Amino acid sequence: MGKVRTHKSVAIVPFWRDIRVLRILAQLAFLMVVIAILLWAISNYRARGLIFGYSFLSKEASFDLAEGIPFKPTDSYARAFLVGVVNTVRVAVIGIILATLLGLVTGIARLSRNWLLRKIATVYIEIIRNTPLLVQLFFLYFAVIMKLPRLSRAIVLAGPVYISNRGVVIPWLRLAESFRLWWPFLLLAAAWAGVLIVIRRRTIRRVGRPGINLLWVFSCLIAVPVLGWLLIPGNPLRFDLPDLVTRSGGVITVDGGVTLSSEFTAILTGLVIYTAAFIAEVVRAGIQSVPKGQAEAARAQGFTNRQILRLIVLPQALRVIIPPLISQYLNLTKNSSLAIAIGFLDLYAVSQTMLNQSGRVVEVFLMIMGSYLAISLTISLIMNIINKRIQIVER
Amino acid sequence: MIKEALVEKPPREEVGLLEWLKRNLFSTWYNTLLTFVSLAFLFFVGRAIIVWALHTARWEVVTTNIKVFMIGRYPASEAWRVLASLGVILLLTALTWVFRKLRGRPIRQWLILGWLLSFPLIGVLLRGFSEQNLFLPLVSSRVWSGLLLTLVLAIVGITASFPLGLILALGRRSKLPVIKILCTIYIETIRGVPLISVLFMSQLMLPLFLPPHIRLSTVMRALTGITLFSAAYTAENVRGGLASVPVGQYEAARSLGLSNVLMMVLIVLPQALRAVIPAIVGQFISLFKDTTLVVIVGLLDLLGVAKAVTGQRQFIGLHQEVYFFVALLFFIFCSLMSRGSRRLERSLGVGER
Repeated sequence: MGKVRTHKSVAIVPFWRDIRVLRILAQLAFLMVVIAILLWAISNYRARGLIFGYSFLSKEASFDLAEGIPFKPTDSYARAFLVGVVNTVRVAVIGIILATLLGLVTGIARLSRNWLLRKIATVYIEIIRNTPLLVQLFFLYFAVIMKLPRLSRAIVLAGPVYISNRGVVIPWLRLAESFRLWWPFLLLAAAWAGVLIVIRRRTIRRVGRPGINLLWVFSCLIAVPVLGWLLIPGNPLRFDLPDLVTRSGGVITVDGGVTLSSEFTAILTGLVIYTAAFIAEVVRAGIQSVPKGQAEAARAQGFTNRQILRLIVLPQALRVIIPPLISQYLNLTKNSSLAIAIGFLDLYAVSQTMLNQSGRVVEVFLMIMGSYLAISLTISLIMNIINKRIQIVER
Repeated sequence: MIKEALVEKPPREEVGLLEWLKRNLFSTWYNTLLTFVSLAFLFFVGRAIIVWALHTARWEVVTTNIKVFMIGRYPASEAWRVLASLGVILLLTALTWVFRKLRGRPIRQWLILGWLLSFPLIGVLLRGFSEQNLFLPLVSSRVWSGLLLTLVLAIVGITASFPLGLILALGRRSKLPVIKILCTIYIETIRGVPLISVLFMSQLMLPLFLPPHIRLSTVMRALTGITLFSAAYTAENVRGGLASVPVGQYEAARSLGLSNVLMMVLIVLPQALRAVIPAIVGQFISLFKDTTLVVIVGLLDLLGVAKAVTGQRQFIGLHQEVYFFVALLFFIFCSLMSRGSRRLERSLGVGER
């Protein structure tokens, strides 16, 4: 112990006890194990005489898809897959919008001062959160939508909206011939409003007060298209109203409007009802996370109720709400794969058909994984940009 | 203590019924409107449900099939084995409940040992030995179905995914870049894709990558998929727990001269895992609900059996009754568990200490 250690003794540490060498060795060993397992798996795959390759994608699919963008059996596998991807994105985007609205309303209802409304919202959330989504989808599809009356006796709501076991038919806005004369007016209105908003922002930054009322922006957005409407001949838009038609042989079909298939209706309604219950809890937690003192302080300073909500509570609540909201959106997208259980042709269901036809298990599986990862990444990218903009800037 | 006693709580307000009604239902004109709209909604929905449940619904589809829902195709002559397994679990739960306050070492260790042993015991009890065995003849996992299968999938899934998730979480926090990157890729990939695609992988792809002489039953394959999927979520929960352990704890352990392994086992993990228990219970509840997805790959769990029951000739088309019953079962289980987890959270005092 009495000896003074020189730095030479450091160098004496043999390399197999040197932490730097050991670290590299440990990583190499780990990597080798992973690679060995992969190679073993691949050799098993090869031993079955299977060859990996994507050349089957350009071949004729020879099955039909009844949902989504036009598709005929002579189209390729690649196009079939695209149909599935578009259907999934459609359900996800519409679902996210509707679930956010319903979730927001339910979340606020849970905090309502009205006891009855609060309890109804709570019961809804508890029932939905404590039962599996797939059971809800089965119930919705087999026990509700399939039990609706036939098309000839469809339930007619104002609109007209026809609800039957074949799906829902809603009126739709379509572009007419004279739209090509009208769209320059729309463009002009948008450009004008954009310029006004830029000027408004500049004055806010310079003077600290908006020079132009927002009302002006809205009125120009409405006035210019209306002016155009009066100037051009004919109607640029027309309402495509659905109507029941009896075909030859007594077959009853619907003409016009847009038909949402019963499968699409079921998966969309199911996902919206399910996700909205979770979003409602996110919204409630977000609003409750803003300390009461904030609202009280604002009231003491003479803010009106609307101003308190808009300027004090919401900006702070949103910071808490957005991150869990992102994961709810991702969940909705992933859950849309349950569509296969009720026969909606989403990305996963189309892949199943492709797989049964071509026998390309690994290839199709990698395509499914890649597509879901790409959709998830896109959603989280968009939401993260929004999140960054509203998060507080640390002093 | 003295200080607390001095601060008196404000007296509780006594409110009469009329006052309560006025305050909670009719405080403003729009509140009154909301109340009437809600009442109308409740009246119509409630009447529809009562008329359906008492008048329209044919509940005999549920009462005649109750055994089918519970154990499905498990042979009726061997049903006592399911009950015996249930008995083992109930006994252990009761013992744990009775001795929960006793910090006496030996009894606790016996209980932990009992829980650990109960898994292989129940496994053997349910599966049996060989077909010729007189006492416990083989019941292949192919015929496990109904609520039994749902419970087996969820319980084995969460238990098996725990060690894997723990390793993945430690790997993701590792200072060695290769290990860290590989673990992160695994966790993020699995979390980015739906469970159904992982189940599909385990059903169709896994057999292709195994040598031909290894044959897994469909239940085993589904369990593999559920475990691999659940492990990624467990890993993220555990990582949260690990992050909640203060840095000082690591430093103190190091300064006492503990090795990395000892530091983890003795100091960090006990604290991290305690913080993680509520999250794991939450994960178990969602896994319990998610096991229904095995229907899509062709297994007969509770929902799969229900689907089969709606196809029975004498009960054809009774979807409403059957799915209502299944939803009710899930609701009861899940609400009980989430209530239990809230109690557990309070008794563990997570976030208080």
